[in-house]
Amino acid sequence: MTGPGTLARRDAVAALLADREHLLVVTGLGSPTYDVHAAGDHDGNFYLWGAMGGAALVGLGLAQAQPGRPVLVITGDGEQLMGLGALATIGVARPRNLTLAVLDNQQYGETGMQASHTAAIDLVKVAEACGFAAARAVRSMDEIAAARRSLAEPSAGPRLLVIRISQENPPRSLPSRDAVHVKNRFRAHLGLPQG
Amino acid sequence: MDAPSGAGESGTAAPAENGWPVRLYRTLKAAGIGHMSYVPDAGHTALIKLLEADPAVICNVLTTEEEGIAIAAGAWLGGQRSVLLMQSSGVGNCINMLSLPAIGRFPLLMLVTMRGEWAEFNPWQVPMSRATQPTLEAMGVRVMRAEAPEDLVETVEAAAALAFEADGQVAVLLGQRLLGRKKW
Repeated sequence: MTGPGTLARRDAVAALLADREHLLVVTGLGSPTYDVHAAGDHDGNFYLWGAMGGAALVGLGLAQAQPGRPVLVITGDGEQLMGLGALATIGVARPRNLTLAVLDNQQYGETGMQASHTAAIDLVKVAEACGFAAARAVRSMDEIAAARRSLAEPSAGPRLLVIRISQENPPRSLPSRDAVHVKNRFRAHLGLPQG
Repeated sequence: MDAPSGAGESGTAAPAENGWPVRLYRTLKAAGIGHMSYVPDAGHTALIKLLEADPAVICNVLTTEEEGIAIAAGAWLGGQRSVLLMQSSGVGNCINMLSLPAIGRFPLLMLVTMRGEWAEFNPWQVPMSRATQPTLEAMGVRVMRAEAPEDLVETVEAAAALAFEADGQVAVLLGQRLLGRKKW
């Protein structure tokens, strides 16, 4: 594996969410949640503040329940590593409208920048082995823009983007921690009743 | 995960028309279930087969049980009612992920087949069996039990209402006595 990437995480996430239209977004706890919030709060966002390892799977359930909408999960390398089996489950489930974007800085940024396994393990290869329809590393803003355009396009199966970000720690941008509120807001956005 | 067995009505033959798995399947359908996730267990075999044969139910097989907690929450965000099937040993895998339905008041309906409590031959099933109900309750999940087929259908009906109408997190434990002695 090569060393850490060079993309600025906030710029990468903002570009991925530009003109998002029908896109539904689930975020993994910690910095990815702050990055997505910093790009602009949205009723179609569901932010996780815990349940580590679960973001991609919340995305799977959502994608299966809303097959007509593109679903994007934005999470970190550490969060995805805790749910590595999720890549197998998603590969087998084969949703056509789900994209996982892993912001990979090869570190646990929230807890003191300890090295994560992605310094040695390539999640692109893991996703390929799990039967993802597409899996690739993203290293430039041009590639982010191309990935953004592909989000709403039909796919034969799930997609993984490993976004190679630099090892920076931007100021926190905190969305609501009231999960009931965020849940009900999300469902209302889809025209579903409260509950 | 479990080796094949002839547990109760859950063997490999077609489910009996009036057996509890068929009645349970109808109860879940009547409750609006359109989505299911599971880690296999012999006691759930017939129900899994019925749900997988239904084109109106989306089914996921999991690598570990906590995945299903997150998937069910996602399905609810998107307007689907999901049920999660597992064995008692899998409850321990779910602990931290149960934070999500607890803090978000996401409807959660778990059907848990019990091991380690009735005519069990495998001592390794016993510790998590003892811890199953306390673990669920410690994470705020309401636990209901069924020991006989006639109780089971009514209990699941009540549990589904509690989950999907009252935003409850509910687990129905299917007693090992109900499932029958595991044959080797």
